[in-house]
Amino acid sequence: MPSLNYVAPTTVSDAVKILADASGPTRVLSGGTDLLVQLRAGRISPELIVDTKKIPGIMGITGSAAEGFTIGAATTGAELGDHQALKAAYPGVVEAANLIGSKQVQGRASLAGNLCNASPAADSVPAVIAAGGTVTIAGPSGTRTAPAESIVTGPGRTSLAKGEFIVSFHLPAIKGKTSDAYLRFIPRTEMDIAVVGCGVSITVDAGGTITAAKISLGAVAPTQVPVDASCIIGTKLDDAALAKLDAAAQAMCNPIDDKRGTIEFRTKVAGVLARRTAKIAYDRAGAR
Amino acid sequence: MTFIGNKSDLRVVGTRPVRPDGVDKVTGRAVYGADATMPGQIIGKVLRSPHPHARIISIDTSKAEKLPGVKGVITSADIPNIPSEEAFVGEGPMNFRDLSLNCMARDKVLYEGHVVAAVAAINDAVADAALKLIDVKYEVLPHVIDVEEAMAPGAPILHDTLFTAGVTPKPTTPSNVAKQVRFTIGDVEAGFKQADVIVEQTYTTAPVHQAYIEPHACVAAIAADGQVLITASSQGHFMIRAYTAKLLGIDIANIRVTNAEIGGGFGGKTVVYLEPLAVALSKKSGRPVKMTMTREDVFRGTGPTSGGTIWVKVGATKDGKITAAQTVIKLQAGAFPGSPINPALMCAFAMYDLANVDTLGYDVVSNRPKVAAYRAPGAPISSFAAESAIDDLARKLGMDPIELRLKNAAKQGSKTVYGVTHGVIGYEEVLNAAKAHPHWTAPLGKNQGRGLATGFWFNIGGESTGGVFINEDGTASVVTGSPDIGGSRASMAMMAAEVLGIPYEKVRAVIPDTASIGFTHVTGGSRVTYATGMAVTQAAQAVVEDLKKRAAMIWDISPEAVEWKDGEAVPAGANAGGFDPLPLAAIALKAAKTGGPIGSEISVNAQGAGPGFGAHICDVEVDPETGHTTILRYTAVQDVGRAIHPAYVEGQIQGGAVQGIGWALNEEYIYNKKGHMDNAGFLDYRIPVASDLPMIEAVLVEVPNTRHPFGVRGVGEVPIVPPMAAVRNAIRGALDLELFHLPMSPPRVRAAVDAAKAPKAAE
Ligand SMILES: Cc1cc2nc3c(=O)[nH]c(=O)nc-3n(C[C@H](O)[C@H](O)[C@H](O)COP(=O)(O)OP(=O)(O)OC[C@H]3O[C@@H](n4cnc5c(N)ncnc54)[C@H](O)[C@@H]3O)c2cc1C
Repeated sequence: MPSLNYVAPTTVSDAVKILADASGPTRVLSGGTDLLVQLRAGRISPELIVDTKKIPGIMGITGSAAEGFTIGAATTGAELGDHQALKAAYPGVVEAANLIGSKQVQGRASLAGNLCNASPAADSVPAVIAAGGTVTIAGPSGTRTAPAESIVTGPGRTSLAKGEFIVSFHLPAIKGKTSDAYLRFIPRTEMDIAVVGCGVSITVDAGGTITAAKISLGAVAPTQVPVDASCIIGTKLDDAALAKLDAAAQAMCNPIDDKRGTIEFRTKVAGVLARRTAKIAYDRAGAR
Repeated sequence: MTFIGNKSDLRVVGTRPVRPDGVDKVTGRAVYGADATMPGQIIGKVLRSPHPHARIISIDTSKAEKLPGVKGVITSADIPNIPSEEAFVGEGPMNFRDLSLNCMARDKVLYEGHVVAAVAAINDAVADAALKLIDVKYEVLPHVIDVEEAMAPGAPILHDTLFTAGVTPKPTTPSNVAKQVRFTIGDVEAGFKQADVIVEQTYTTAPVHQAYIEPHACVAAIAADGQVLITASSQGHFMIRAYTAKLLGIDIANIRVTNAEIGGGFGGKTVVYLEPLAVALSKKSGRPVKMTMTREDVFRGTGPTSGGTIWVKVGATKDGKITAAQTVIKLQAGAFPGSPINPALMCAFAMYDLANVDTLGYDVVSNRPKVAAYRAPGAPISSFAAESAIDDLARKLGMDPIELRLKNAAKQGSKTVYGVTHGVIGYEEVLNAAKAHPHWTAPLGKNQGRGLATGFWFNIGGESTGGVFINEDGTASVVTGSPDIGGSRASMAMMAAEVLGIPYEKVRAVIPDTASIGFTHVTGGSRVTYATGMAVTQAAQAVVEDLKKRAAMIWDISPEAVEWKDGEAVPAGANAGGFDPLPLAAIALKAAKTGGPIGSEISVNAQGAGPGFGAHICDVEVDPETGHTTILRYTAVQDVGRAIHPAYVEGQIQGGAVQGIGWALNEEYIYNKKGHMDNAGFLDYRIPVASDLPMIEAVLVEVPNTRHPFGVRGVGEVPIVPPMAAVRNAIRGALDLELFHLPMSPPRVRAAVDAAKAPKAAE
């Protein structure tokens, strides 16, 4: 019968060494809300589980709106929700992370797990991408930094190499009137997987004209997809701009027909959510 | 039987004491099916078919048997091959042979998930490994999932021995239509001729699962002398005993079943899946065998209720008198015959006093799990269509939907399509209470709508046993054969306390095993508070008679000269003598001197269960861009006869409404082209979560059922009948969308919005 080993290294370098030396199937463990569920369902059968949570700094939030935030990879959704400064600076990222699961799941679920589980429907990922988030990755050849959108390469697949794992997330310093938002569509009100998710970050000038925007859609393609935001830049998000944004979002959709929604429905709702999320981010940015 | 349910006379009935099973349930002490253990038990697991329809060529279990830790493997070869025999043990007609074949496939598998073999092993891991070593060779056959496709010429035939019953001449070719059935009164053709307005439409509903939170579980052991012990969670331990005996050819006296605490059943636990297999595995292995389903097992292997296609036509005169109503219903039975087609037909228009009704139904098999009872089996399906049609009729007539219903309301003396004449019923009272409720006239905002629908359920009585025993200290023990799924232990204790005249806290109700109390039919059909309550009430009354005799003996007067008042024997009048009252406890203390233990066990076959009616008002807000429906406000009015414990009655009503809302909005089985269910889990089989719902307001109307001592009517099933049409009618009100198919999920509502906007091409 196959056996399963568990280790909980206390330093990043130990963790990297264990991961790099492992010969069989190995998984990094943060909150376990994906990993343990998959293990129990027999969908994965790793021989080694490397728990990161004993590594100092892997949980916790440092920084400020002025200098940017560093978020430990395994920081729980509940902790993000309790951090007033982070919530004020990045309401979109926090509301996305806080949508994951339920109260119980929030006590465990992390940004790193949400990203590296590599589900197209992961809630925090479009929000982190839209916010311009980057990740710090430790590996056998040292530490590197990468944009959040470069990690997921397909359903269940990431660009992380053998021996690598995510140590932290970084959200940039807030410049000027910038804010973000995240909306998802689910048939119920919680405990559901996004049929469409949308993260938007918007910067406006003093007159309320959009000077920069970044938009990411989830659950409408094998990975999160960017939406060309040029149609709203230079506008005050009037109806014409919103209509163009709706079309631009729909144009990026390449969803599947499945138990969670039809291609047609997902595509239409992507347009709806792009409009609605942009409106929230725009209003928040204007209020800065 | 005398009626003792006048509200002003009641002390205990109608109050809301704490439930006796509450502390154990909230502290985790309660023993549910999966918590039960027997010394030396091992684990049993089943192997399920990956194909929706296939012939079993061979099953080779030799490799699995050789795996260390495996203690036994069974296939259909280890289960008696019993002949076809119709029976009524659970909550509907059941063919024993079909039940056997549903527990363990022989020759053919009929749905993805159909059990083909089972193993017993020392632990989960070994059992899982053993299942992988069983080699089943299949000849895959074409399959059919949809009910209309299953009826179409050339459809794959599930059973070569199934010929449509109810048609003449008797068919000579096998069919997936198990039976055709018709109920008619009057002349619908003539009725439609009198109509000024007619609505006619085809509706569909999806099969939905009962979705009890506790998966099926049992532990069973057979001893060397053939004595069988089973502990299982079910809606009837006598049902488990009967089915296990029949399927395995064991004498009933040799089986003793203990009912575990049950985590929901809703009709779905009125049949067996695991128990006969656990006993057969125990026989093979010589060890007690524990079997527990996963949620996925529950979805793939156990009964949902039917989905169906319902055509409805209703006609009325300009002033709203319904002149004719007609329906044709095709219900999915799953892999074996037995959809709730009869009640579906009978309930569709049972709320109305109609001269001309015609209902025609088909019971249709297809490659899905065999359906099982689900609250008011059949009624929600036909009522969704009928009550949507009545709503559309009201719109066409420009009439208020409650006025239209009042105008045609069934009342005492109304004749139903199935031949029964309604006795004292409370439908008009229910409609008037709905009309008077502030919800009915509250203002609505943009994209918001209000819908109303009503429903009917027969409720049943039947066989029950209840006992009341007076303990030495003057407390009382109540025993019944009815597993408690809705708080019935509290209600039983309350009825006994009422009759005995002692506080509720002095009465404890328990449910002993099948060898320790007389036969009792399943907890289903909303029968327990009615029928078992009748047995308990009669037992308590017999005890009171006995107590009076004992007091008479102590006082040395005639028993007729003793009265029972507020828990005490008192002399009937001045002539009887000047004795101080004798409280129950004082008589109990002297029981040995007055004839021994005091107690009574009564078995009844209760008749006269009063039907129940409900009217639900639902407000929704629909997001036209996403098709998402939010339930804003929900009021459920119901005639409950007499609420013994109003909080549990309200709980029944709220629960039924919520299950109906799930049925309306999101619940469905999603099959892929291979005939596999794609959503066998609660993530994608979407029952409502708490945050989806407002508080459901239950309004209790009490029109006592004079056939029950306290006036009880069953309450557990009516509340799931109206919600689908209530939600549908509300969505229609919000966006003026015509929706005819369940579930009214966001993609479907959004598609309807788009279709309504699209310019009509042909016009
Ligand atoms: C009931 C329930 C509801 C849920 N609802 C939602 C929801 O609404 N929205 C949503 O998006 N998700 C949902 N999820 C999924 C899950 O909770 C999230 O994806 C969560 O963010 C995962 O985080 P975790 O820390 O628990 O990850 P884990 O389970 O620990 O890990 C997930 C994956 O990431 C890998 N991983 C973890 N940490 C690292 C790291 N530091 N570096 C590299 N790889 C790593 C693991 O090896 C594993 O493959 C739900 C799960 C459950 C059980």
